[in-house]
Amino acid sequence: MELISGAPIGPIETAWERHKFALKLVNPANKRKYNIIVVGSGLAGGAAAASLGELGYNVQCFCYQDSPRRAHSIAAQGGINAAKNYHNDGDSVFRLFYDTVKGGDFRAREANVYRLAQVSVNIIDQCVAQGVPFAREYGGNLDNRSFGGAQVSRTFYARGQTGQQLLLGAYQALERQIGLGSVKMYPRRDMLDLVVVDGQARGIVTRSLYDGKIEVHFADAVILATGGYGNVFYLSTNAKGCNVTAIWRAHKRGALFANPCYTQIHPTCIPVAGDYQSKLTLMSESLRNDGRIWVPKTVGDKRSPDQIPESERDYYLERRYPSFGNLVPRDIASRAAKRECDEGRGVGPGGLGVYLDFSDCIKRLGAAKIAERYGNLFEMYERITGEDPYRVPMRIYPATHYTMGGLWVDYNLMSTIPGLFVLGEANFSDHGANRLGASALMQGLADGYFIIPYTIGNYLANSKLPKLSADVPAAKEAFCNATNITNKLLNGKGTRTVDSFHRELGKIIWDYCGMARDKSGLEKALGLIPQLREQFWKELRILGANEEFNQSLEKAGRVADFLELGELMCIDALHRNESCGGHFREEYQTPEGEALRDDANYSYVAAWEYKGPGQSPALNKEPLAFDYVHPSQRSYK
Amino acid sequence: MKLILHVWRQKNSADKGRMVRYEVPDVNEHMSFLEMLDVLNESLIAKGEDPIAFDHDCREGICGMCGFMINGKAHGGFKRTTVCQLHMRHFKDGDELYLEPWRAAAFPVIKDLAVNRAAFDRIIASGGFISVPTGSAPDGNAIPVKKQDSDLAMDAAACIGCGACVAACPNAAAALFVGAKISHLGHLPQGQPERDRRALAMVQQMRVENFANCTNIGECEAVCPKDIKLEVIARMNRDYIGASFTNRPESGSGGVG
Repeated sequence: MELISGAPIGPIETAWERHKFALKLVNPANKRKYNIIVVGSGLAGGAAAASLGELGYNVQCFCYQDSPRRAHSIAAQGGINAAKNYHNDGDSVFRLFYDTVKGGDFRAREANVYRLAQVSVNIIDQCVAQGVPFAREYGGNLDNRSFGGAQVSRTFYARGQTGQQLLLGAYQALERQIGLGSVKMYPRRDMLDLVVVDGQARGIVTRSLYDGKIEVHFADAVILATGGYGNVFYLSTNAKGCNVTAIWRAHKRGALFANPCYTQIHPTCIPVAGDYQSKLTLMSESLRNDGRIWVPKTVGDKRSPDQIPESERDYYLERRYPSFGNLVPRDIASRAAKRECDEGRGVGPGGLGVYLDFSDCIKRLGAAKIAERYGNLFEMYERITGEDPYRVPMRIYPATHYTMGGLWVDYNLMSTIPGLFVLGEANFSDHGANRLGASALMQGLADGYFIIPYTIGNYLANSKLPKLSADVPAAKEAFCNATNITNKLLNGKGTRTVDSFHRELGKIIWDYCGMARDKSGLEKALGLIPQLREQFWKELRILGANEEFNQSLEKAGRVADFLELGELMCIDALHRNESCGGHFREEYQTPEGEALRDDANYSYVAAWEYKGPGQSPALNKEPLAFDYVHPSQRSYK
Repeated sequence: MKLILHVWRQKNSADKGRMVRYEVPDVNEHMSFLEMLDVLNESLIAKGEDPIAFDHDCREGICGMCGFMINGKAHGGFKRTTVCQLHMRHFKDGDELYLEPWRAAAFPVIKDLAVNRAAFDRIIASGGFISVPTGSAPDGNAIPVKKQDSDLAMDAAACIGCGACVAACPNAAAALFVGAKISHLGHLPQGQPERDRRALAMVQQMRVENFANCTNIGECEAVCPKDIKLEVIARMNRDYIGASFTNRPESGSGGVG
C-alpha cells in the first residue's frame, strides 16, 4: 500500500495556510445534514466534538467514563507548550518545531510538527478565553516554566493540574454544545467495532456499560480520539480504563497501525511498592526544574539519604549532560535511571529507584515557594508513600506513560480508511520516537480545535456518502462480530481472572519490549504472547451476564485486544534494527550508551497492515524527509 | 492486617440492596483502598461470587470517578483525599468498615457502590461555561488578570465533580459543586458577560435535578477532596440573588437586519 501523507510541498512556513485554502468547504446550511461520530472525550475528542458541533454538524460523542470530564487528559500535570515567546528568551514557532523534531529523534513528519508549533499559540488564546486559570504573574500576564528538552520557558501551566483545567475548558465547551443540542453525548459506552461500507468509515458498534446493549450508530465520518495504549504494560500511569480497543478494532478493519513500538517511559514516577499494585503514579516532569536527581556513588550503599555526604552522591544527569542537566528529554532520563539501578546504585526497596532531591531549592527559595509550585504533587507523593518530600528526597523510577505510536494518519489526520480520522495520542503523527514534555496537551488540542474542523469538511465535501439503511450488511456483520466477541468472553469455563492475564502480559511487555529491547528478548516475547493469548481464551473466567453492569467483562474485552497489540509491538520493535527515542535496542548504541539511529535504513514510518487472524502483519513504509531540521546525533550534553 | 467489610450490594437500580459482610485477610499497609478492594474482588471471582462494582479510573485523585462512603464519611473522611488515594496505613488490624454508595435522589445507584452522576453534567450544560467559539479568542495576554483573581479561580476550578459534597450533605444539596463553577468563572474577566445568566441557569437546573437547598451545615467543605471552600456557596447566592433582581427578559427585536 502506498502511503501518501498529502503534506503540502513548498515552504513549510506557509504550508498549512496554503493547504487550508485548498480545502473544500461545506456551506453552513449543509453542515447540519452531516452526522459525525467522535469516540473519546479528552482534549482531542472533547475539543473536536465541541468545535464541530459549534460549526453546525450533528455530532455524537462517546466515552467509556460516566462523564466526558473524566477522560484521562485530566491527569496531565505539568503544562502545555506554546511558542508565544512571552519571555523574550528566544522562542519562536521554528524553535518549537525544531525542538519537537529533534526531541522525537527525527522520526516524525516535519509538516505536521510545523503546523503543531504554529497553532500552539492559538491554543493558549482559546483556553484563556474559555476561563482556564493559567498561572499568572503579579502584573497579570501569563506565567511560564521550562520543561525537558527545551532551553526556553514556553510551558504554560495551571498549578500541577494543567491537564485538568484544559480538559474542563474543552468539557465546558462540549457541554455547552450538548445543551444547545448540536452534540449528543453517550457516556459509559465502549466502541467495539467500526462499520466500513464500500471502503468508507460509516459508523461504529458500541456496548452500553450500563446494561450491555450493543448498538450500531451510523455517521458520515468517524473520529477516533481514544488515547494511547500504555495499559498494555498493565502497570502504567494511564487510568485503569484506558484501552486500545477502538483503534485496534479499526486496525482490524483496515486502518494501518504506525510505529507501535514507540512507547514512552516517563522518568519520574513513584516506584512499584508491591505485587497488588494496580497503577503507577507520575510525578510531573516540572519537578525536574528544581529537583536534583542523584544516586549514591557506591554500589549497595544502604545508608539513609541524609547520611550520604555530598561527595559520595552522583548527580548523574548533571554530570553526563551538563548543558541540559536534570532537564534532558524523557527517554534519556529514563534510560539513565535504569542504568544506575541495573548497575546496583538504585535506592529504596528492591533497588529500583533514584532520588529526586529538593533540599537545595528549599534552601534557596524556601519551603513556601516550593509548596506554591508543587504543593499538590508533594502531597500526592506523601499520601502514596507515607514519606514527606520536604524532608526526605523523593524516590522515583521510570514507568510507562505515553505511546507515540498509533493509527497512521495523513496530513488531514485521516487514516487509511477514508472517513476515519484519528486525533491526539491515538494517532502516530507528531512526536516521532519520543514526545517532549508538555506536548501531548498541545497536540490533543491542536488536532481537536484547529485541524479537524478544517480537514473533515474537505472530506465530506469531496465524498459521495449515500444514505444507509439500518440493515446494510456491513453494519450487521460488525454488530454480530461485537456480539460474538462478548459471548465468547462470557462462555469461557476457566478459572483465571482477567487481571491475572493482564498482569502476566504486562510483565512480558515490560521485560522484553520496555525501556530497553534486544533481539533475543523480543523473539522470546513473540513466543510467549501467543501462548498467553491461547490460555486467555481457554482459562478465562467472567462471572455474570452481558445484560448488566459488568466491569470484569469490560476489562476482558480490552485485555483481549492488548494481547494482540502486544505481539505487534514486539514485531515492530524487532524489525527496527536501530535505536531511536523511546525505542532502545541494546545492540544499537553509541560507546556512551546513547541511542544509535540508522537513518540510511530506518528513516521511515512503519505502518502495519492487519492480514487476518494468525497471519503476519504486512509492513508498509512512509519515507521521512527532513528538509528543515537535519538529522544529527541528538546531543544534550 | 485483617479487615472486616460490610459492603452495600445492589444488583441494579431496581434491586432493594443490602449490606454483605466480607473478611479481607492480609491487607498490606501500602495498598490503596481500591487496591484492597481489587484483592477482595479477585478472591470473590475465584469463589464464583459476583465482584463488588465500584467506579474508579485514574487512581490518582483527579478524574473524580471514584468515591463511596466509608463508615458514613465520603471518601473515608481524610483531608484532601479521594478514596483511590487513601492508603491502608490509616487503618488498623481488626477494623470494621461500612462501605455504601453516595446516597442522593439525584444520584441513582447503578450497581453496588457505583452511582449515576449525569445530573452534574446537565448542570454544567445549563450554563457552566464561557461561550467562546473556537478560533475567535484574542491574545492570551490581551486582558491582564490579577494574580489573586486567577488563584481564586483556580482554587474553585480544582473541583473534580466526584459528588462527595452531595453525599455528605444531609439535604443532598449540590451547592458546593455549583458554587465552585460559578466562582471559577466569576473570578475571571472572561466570565463576566455571562455571569448573571450562568447563576440563574445553573441554580434553576440544580433544582430540576432534585438537589435540595443548602442550609449552611458545612459537611460538604469538610469532605471535599479538593478543599473547595464554603465561600463559593456565598458567591453563588450573591450572584443568583443579584441576577434575580436585575434579570430582564431578552429583547426579541435585536439582531435582525
